[in-house]
Amino acid sequence: MNTHAAFQQSFARRIWSDPSNEESNEERDEEPRDEAQQTPSRVDATMQRAFAVYRNTAMKGCIDALQANHPAVAQLVGEAWFRSVAALYVRERPPAEPRLMHYGTSPDATPGGTFADFLARCAPAAALPYLPGVARLDALWTVCHTAADAAAADPAWLASMDPADLGGVRLRPHPAARWVWCENLPVYTIWSATRQGVALDDALVWQGEGTLLTRPADSVLWSPLSQAGCALLEACAAGATLAEAAAAAQRIDVHCDLAALLAQLLRQGALTQPLTQPLAQGATP
Amino acid sequence: MRAQVPLLGAGVSLKPEHYGEADAARDEGLWFEVHAENYMVDGGPRIGWLERVRASHPVSLHGVGLSLAGAAPLDAEHLARFAALAARVEPALISEHLAWSVQGGGYIPDLLPFPRSQEALVQVASRIDRVQCALGRRIAIENPSHYLRIEGHAWSETDFLAELCRRTGCGLLLDLNNVHVSAHNMGFEAEDYLSRFPLAQVMEVHLAGHSHDPELGRALLIDSHDTPVAPAVWALYESFVARAGRRPTLIERDGAVPEFSELMAERARAQAMALPISAPVPAPVPTPAPVPMPVSHA
Repeated sequence: MNTHAAFQQSFARRIWSDPSNEESNEERDEEPRDEAQQTPSRVDATMQRAFAVYRNTAMKGCIDALQANHPAVAQLVGEAWFRSVAALYVRERPPAEPRLMHYGTSPDATPGGTFADFLARCAPAAALPYLPGVARLDALWTVCHTAADAAAADPAWLASMDPADLGGVRLRPHPAARWVWCENLPVYTIWSATRQGVALDDALVWQGEGTLLTRPADSVLWSPLSQAGCALLEACAAGATLAEAAAAAQRIDVHCDLAALLAQLLRQGALTQPLTQPLAQGATP
Repeated sequence: MRAQVPLLGAGVSLKPEHYGEADAARDEGLWFEVHAENYMVDGGPRIGWLERVRASHPVSLHGVGLSLAGAAPLDAEHLARFAALAARVEPALISEHLAWSVQGGGYIPDLLPFPRSQEALVQVASRIDRVQCALGRRIAIENPSHYLRIEGHAWSETDFLAELCRRTGCGLLLDLNNVHVSAHNMGFEAEDYLSRFPLAQVMEVHLAGHSHDPELGRALLIDSHDTPVAPAVWALYESFVARAGRRPTLIERDGAVPEFSELMAERARAQAMALPISAPVPAPVPTPAPVPMPVSHA
């Protein structure tokens, strides 16, 4: 290996090592504090006191990003707790790429474990079973906020269709729409109240909840979504016709009100029109 | 017909909390700079705001993640994202750092130092070439802040930067706060550094604030970008303008972001300082149009 690469490998390794595990290290720079600028050159630059500037800047940058990307989690647990747990995550999974807005949130940017996944197996967070779900919604908010722009399906367009054709329409989820069902925990209620700075009701019902996030225009909107609604969107994303998607929803809940569900999805801007509508019908090039 | 080239005077960092005021500002020569990585998104209001501000002002893209001095392979995906953003925003300036931040498949959010060896020179030059080809234009390379004494330098920083310009045709971004911070930390004279800096290649100047290290105090200055520009840095700027004339100058602020009006007051000072002094060299205002790619003559 060339010396250029060797220098950087050893430098990077020391950036993420825990300084509290190195206190007994005899190599540690013993220059007096007020003479930092007189520190003699060392073969290993990482042994100089000022190396901490790089280590601290890197760690602070990562923790700041995690906090910015997970505001509801930070709000729920308090800043001090959040930052100490975030530091554990950073050492375990430092960022994979420079877009820190996705750090800890995207499975692509953080292969093998988002911050939410980490919270689910992090011992200090075990007493807060809803925390991973809240982190997941924080992450989806950013995904929704930065997703591609597209026109949402117009409810009037769908209403104008011949009911006989409706079942064959293939609606696609809007590129910014995200949905998630959380089993057994009222994660939507907790997350939504925290994001809005509203106190949580004592009468919190401990049951599963789904969440729909959309961005039909400039702002991210959110609302509760039934498990049947999640199944319907999942089917649309897989390319199903409306009839097939409705069947998928009814497999979850045979009594689900499909008309009300579709109205909600259209109102929230969760769907886009199929690419081939309505030009495909009778339009000549 | 000759394209109208916007005149870049003094600009400020564009922060989300200032989008509306930035869009509405009409000060002469005003421009804005953003960290490119923050706008590498598919869509949404963030890039929407940048495009809106761009419609009324020149914009500069300042990259922090290309790792130009990195030994690990250049991240082709990241470069492609950068090129896509540049095509979308059509910035007046693009800049990056003489530093590295990628190693072993991981990104370290800082601008890290390296021995300025012959080997490093060849590698950095080839990466700048690749980036300029991908972006179809000349970019400016920024001098970083220094905190460590590193062995194995075969080149001074000013000579290294001059040689990169000669080999690749790139320009330079002179960060005067970094010069001040490095001079203090490494024990050299900032004015000496300035006198050796290849001033003719300077496409942009950065002015920013710094702070003292929480542990080492005044012995170590940190390039923190969270305070107003320090008097010593203003003095360096005055010296720079006297030597080189006016260049696009940024008030750079990343932390403890104040009111927009406060940043604009600092910006007005830079704008005023650059104006009345006659330039000894013609002001090389960068054009937004792509420039012919320089040929590397190593």
